[in-house]
Amino acid sequence: MPASLPIPKKEKERAQSEPDAVRWLLITVALVFLALFLLLPLAAVFSQAFEKGLSVYLNALKEPDTLSSIKLTLVTAAVAVPLNLFFGVTAAWAIAKFTFPGKNLLITLIDLPFSVSPVISGLIYVLIFGLQGWTGPWLQDHDIKIVFAVPGIILATIFVTFPFVARELIPLMEAQGKEEEEAAMVLGATGLQTFFRVTLPNIRWGIIYGVILCNARAMGEFGAVSVVSGHIRGMTNTVPLHVEILYNEYNYTAAFAVASLLAFLALITLGVKTLAEWKVQLQLENK
Amino acid sequence: MRLFKKHNNVLPGFGPTLGITLFYLSIIVLIPLSALVFNAAGMTWEEFLSAVTAPRVLASYKVTFGAAMIAAMINSFFGVLVAWVLVRYRFPGRRLVDALVDLPFALPTAVAGITLATIYSPNGWVGSYLEPLGIKVAFTPLGIVLAMTFIGLPFVVRTVQPVIEEIDVELEEAAVCLGASRRQTLQRVVFPLLLPSILTGFALSFARAVGEYGSIIFIAGNMPMVSEITPLLIITKLEQFDYRGATAIACVMLLTSFLMLMVINLLQKWSRRFTE
Repeated sequence: MPASLPIPKKEKERAQSEPDAVRWLLITVALVFLALFLLLPLAAVFSQAFEKGLSVYLNALKEPDTLSSIKLTLVTAAVAVPLNLFFGVTAAWAIAKFTFPGKNLLITLIDLPFSVSPVISGLIYVLIFGLQGWTGPWLQDHDIKIVFAVPGIILATIFVTFPFVARELIPLMEAQGKEEEEAAMVLGATGLQTFFRVTLPNIRWGIIYGVILCNARAMGEFGAVSVVSGHIRGMTNTVPLHVEILYNEYNYTAAFAVASLLAFLALITLGVKTLAEWKVQLQLENK
Repeated sequence: MRLFKKHNNVLPGFGPTLGITLFYLSIIVLIPLSALVFNAAGMTWEEFLSAVTAPRVLASYKVTFGAAMIAAMINSFFGVLVAWVLVRYRFPGRRLVDALVDLPFALPTAVAGITLATIYSPNGWVGSYLEPLGIKVAFTPLGIVLAMTFIGLPFVVRTVQPVIEEIDVELEEAAVCLGASRRQTLQRVVFPLLLPSILTGFALSFARAVGEYGSIIFIAGNMPMVSEITPLLIITKLEQFDYRGATAIACVMLLTSFLMLMVINLLQKWSRRFTE
């Protein structure tokens, strides 16, 4: 910095901040708003769930219908997340490490499922696989059920969680450049060796970030899954759908008990996400 | 002949990775979405028009878009405030609050829905205080605004926050050296820098609110013509096996989403011009 007139410390502070009173007022307003809008609902989930004691809470979770909804949600996530992880890494490699025409269009298309209403995400599969849909009669002749059955739920979940890993990895891999990979190739590594030994360690936390968000949405998706599920108790109910059924039956304690599982998941997701964000930041700064 | 020049790139795998990407994108996203358009194309224009302009459908647009607009405005105001406080001020628990802002992203919408409906019902934690004041939130359009505000908040905070972090404090110092008061600095220097990101956040929050379903239906009351949102109407039509009606309304919503996506892309380009 060239020698210039030194700005008095007090002036400098005034330049960058508000008077103390204003500052504390703004902090208070922001915190009260967040407490009312975010913290209160979170507290309410657990308070309602445990309202009638621990044994009622545990009994609600041990219901066979609840257990089968948990199982279906786990199966759905176990299919949707790895598929979208594989796709995300593949797409990010093609987009971040190479230049080609139509790249921006491709990125926009990958993000598309985020801008589509969840209800429409479910509807499109009903239109294709439903009885009145394109393949409906053929599927019925061959006794294959896709919508109002488990495959439909999995397809709709894959659709809504499609962009998570890719959209996290593309900017990260672009920021990291490709010099390290090029060095590995020049030194004689194969393509796969380069990916597993050079790229993967670099994008590890980015992957964790994308996967945890993808998983949260896969386990928590409601709108899209609701359209294709058919709501058969113990058969095609995921955890969020089961929460809806219990709530609509005025079984509030059980509804909130099951909902509290999803709230736990949300808290874990936020924790891991914050950690991953911090690690990615650290890695980029160390470059 | 190569379609794309290789630009001396020594890295392998461009062909296969792009191929897999395009294939997977097509079967999961593009072909299913085109099913919607093809189904709508099977209708006559009059049929389509009468399906998307029936009084009950028009009322649902009004409720959905109106409430989404109000929620996005509330979020723009408080979102900027929260982002400013998180970046510029230091207070205990700041990092925790920062992480909590993403709760609406992480909390499944059905959980948010039943919780908001319970808190704001006439005998709920907040509703019981509002009831004597004559304010009804749950099961009214106000409840829809509330749920939309909840799910849209992180969009504004997370769009504006990095821009505030990037602002060069020397700009503010220069303004003060040139004799500007703090208010003038904020108004004439800081706010114009933030405006593109505020508008982007507004658009993102609006777009999300318009399509939202899970967190709204529990608190909305779902009265036709009064508090029925468009996504719910699509589901209602489906349950009545009115596939054409559902498809037509869905097409209108999809078109709106595309328009919003274009607006958001333009806004992001504009805001990048400011930061780079």
